Amino acid sequence: MVDEPVLRFDAVSFQFDVSGPWLQRVVGREGRRTLRAVDDVSFALPEGTTLSLVGESGCGKSTVARLAVGLYRPDGGAIHFEGQPLDVARAQPALRRQMSMIFQDPIASLNPRWRVRSIIGEPIRLFGLAADASALRRRVDRLLEQVGLSIGDGDRFPHAFSGGQRQRISIARALASEPRLLVCDEPTSALDVSVQAQILNLMRDLQRDLGLTYLFISHNLAVVRHMSDRVGVMYLGRIVEQGPASAIFATPRHPYTRLLLDAVPDPRGLRPSRDPVVGEVPDPVDPPGGCPFHPRCPLATDRCRMEKPAYTAVGAVQVACHAVAEGRGAIA
Amino acid sequence: MPVLSVRDLVVEFPNRRGVARAVDGVSFEIDPGEVLGLVGESGAGKSLTGAAIVGLLPPPGRIAGGAILLDGERIDALPPHRMRAIRGRRIGMIFQDPLTALNPLFTVGQQLIETMRAHLPLSHRQARERAIAWLAEVGIAAPSMRVDAYPNAFSGGMRQRVAIALALCAEPRLVIADEPTTALDVSIQAQIVALLRRLARERGTAILLITHDMGVIAETADRVAVMYAGRIVEIGSTRAVIDSPSHPYADGLMASIPSLDRPVDRLRQIDGAMPRLDAIPAGCAFHPRCPSAFDRCRVERPELRDVGPTRSACWLGQGHG
Repeated sequence: MVDEPVLRFDAVSFQFDVSGPWLQRVVGREGRRTLRAVDDVSFALPEGTTLSLVGESGCGKSTVARLAVGLYRPDGGAIHFEGQPLDVARAQPALRRQMSMIFQDPIASLNPRWRVRSIIGEPIRLFGLAADASALRRRVDRLLEQVGLSIGDGDRFPHAFSGGQRQRISIARALASEPRLLVCDEPTSALDVSVQAQILNLMRDLQRDLGLTYLFISHNLAVVRHMSDRVGVMYLGRIVEQGPASAIFATPRHPYTRLLLDAVPDPRGLRPSRDPVVGEVPDPVDPPGGCPFHPRCPLATDRCRMEKPAYTAVGAVQVACHAVAEGRGAIA
Repeated sequence: MPVLSVRDLVVEFPNRRGVARAVDGVSFEIDPGEVLGLVGESGAGKSLTGAAIVGLLPPPGRIAGGAILLDGERIDALPPHRMRAIRGRRIGMIFQDPLTALNPLFTVGQQLIETMRAHLPLSHRQARERAIAWLAEVGIAAPSMRVDAYPNAFSGGMRQRVAIALALCAEPRLVIADEPTTALDVSIQAQIVALLRRLARERGTAILLITHDMGVIAETADRVAVMYAGRIVEIGSTRAVIDSPSHPYADGLMASIPSLDRPVDRLRQIDGAMPRLDAIPAGCAFHPRCPSAFDRCRVERPELRDVGPTRSACWLGQGHG
């Protein structure tokens, strides 16, 4: 099928067991406690596009990233990669190599005892993508150049590089298995802004040249706006608003999206100053009933306190909000 | 008279191969009630400048030159016990991680009371009343109950509020805030920034706000100094530095920030990286990355000079550029 999305989540849920140790539970008469990190998340990611998930800490965006590459198995719902159930896809090396991941901290994700050349070459060897040693060498050289490093850099160790260059090494390694999908979990959050600009430009160039598909996880709304075709805003494990980036940034509908956008300082921004937002994200182990955002929401009613909102379509945007569905969510 | 005056500050780290200069000739002043932002990327020397002012340079770092004056009195060469008396009383500190400022074994009330009584002539009862008033002031709900809670009972944003109360409760003249909002979510950052700014205004406290986040600077600082490789390359009013930076590094830094309000197709990037301390280029330290560098930049180091609304350390527009 031509239009089959590269990655597809259908009502995916995932929870962590955060219970105390067995003895403590027995002695203290505590039950098991679970944290619903991802709750009923659905999206489709077409080839060659970028979907970003944005939200504050604890909203479940990184858990979605880990679910997408099979590091966690969902408790409910289904994940499809290239039209096949994720388990089935990951069991086949030819499909498994088509997904890679980039992490926030390039220092922690690079083996300090390996030369860069071995780090980048490992996926190529693992998936048998090079016929012999000289083909492997040529492939690694090309990857180094693709991410803006020099061929000589391949013979050095990760500690000899700056943070931005290390992230380039992680990107080269992620590209080594010739993936179609790159899952990027806060890839520039640990970098300085001038280096962040280099990495974001590189990622966009690579997407254009190689036709890559990105699932992009970030807490930085300006970065998300710069990178994305589609955006999902997450709050306490749920996508509260999802749609084309242009629509969401131009007319945010969900009160939480509006709150987030208002809170972001933009040094050269047109908004003179932001309104301080009230409250904080509640404890995800014990989330509020009904709409999880209701305690902080200026539009909350009794219905919001009782009933979890379903999605309402507003043009191309999906919004989970009673106020929007009832027509009370008009932008002031 | 400025609350804080830093003149030609030099911070050095001796190592096996010689001496690395982490801060090299930094000068600035902060007036009462003023917020000065100190920005720069990792390794620019902004946090070490703050640490030098409060006498908490990590060893083997040392102040190798210049002077630091608090209310006109030199504090850069004081013995440790005198410096300890100044910290807390006359200089408050706020850090990125509020847990470094809070002792987990004492209630927040005990910590506020102890800090105030160490520096101000208050009875225990008076100090406790003031502690409750401070918690209310920084936006903690039900302060008369929360005063007896331990730090672990507070969320990240609330802990940072308590840390701000702790830094301000002895009514210092100067507060040094080093990345106070970096560990917080955006919706809480705004609250903390607004709080800091209001308290500085109301009490005439001078604030040195050290951060890499230009957004936070834009809405908090009255003036901003941009650091690169241990030196201030541009200093001026926040609006002038952000809207019309004159130094090529400051200009590139502003342009490399993705904007929510004005998206661009491609971010402008500064190629390369900040030099290591042991390999700072001759002349202007920025010249290897500078798109406008010419011969003079490679040999002669520019000093800060007036260029319209800001002061900038750059040879451009000085006859050769």
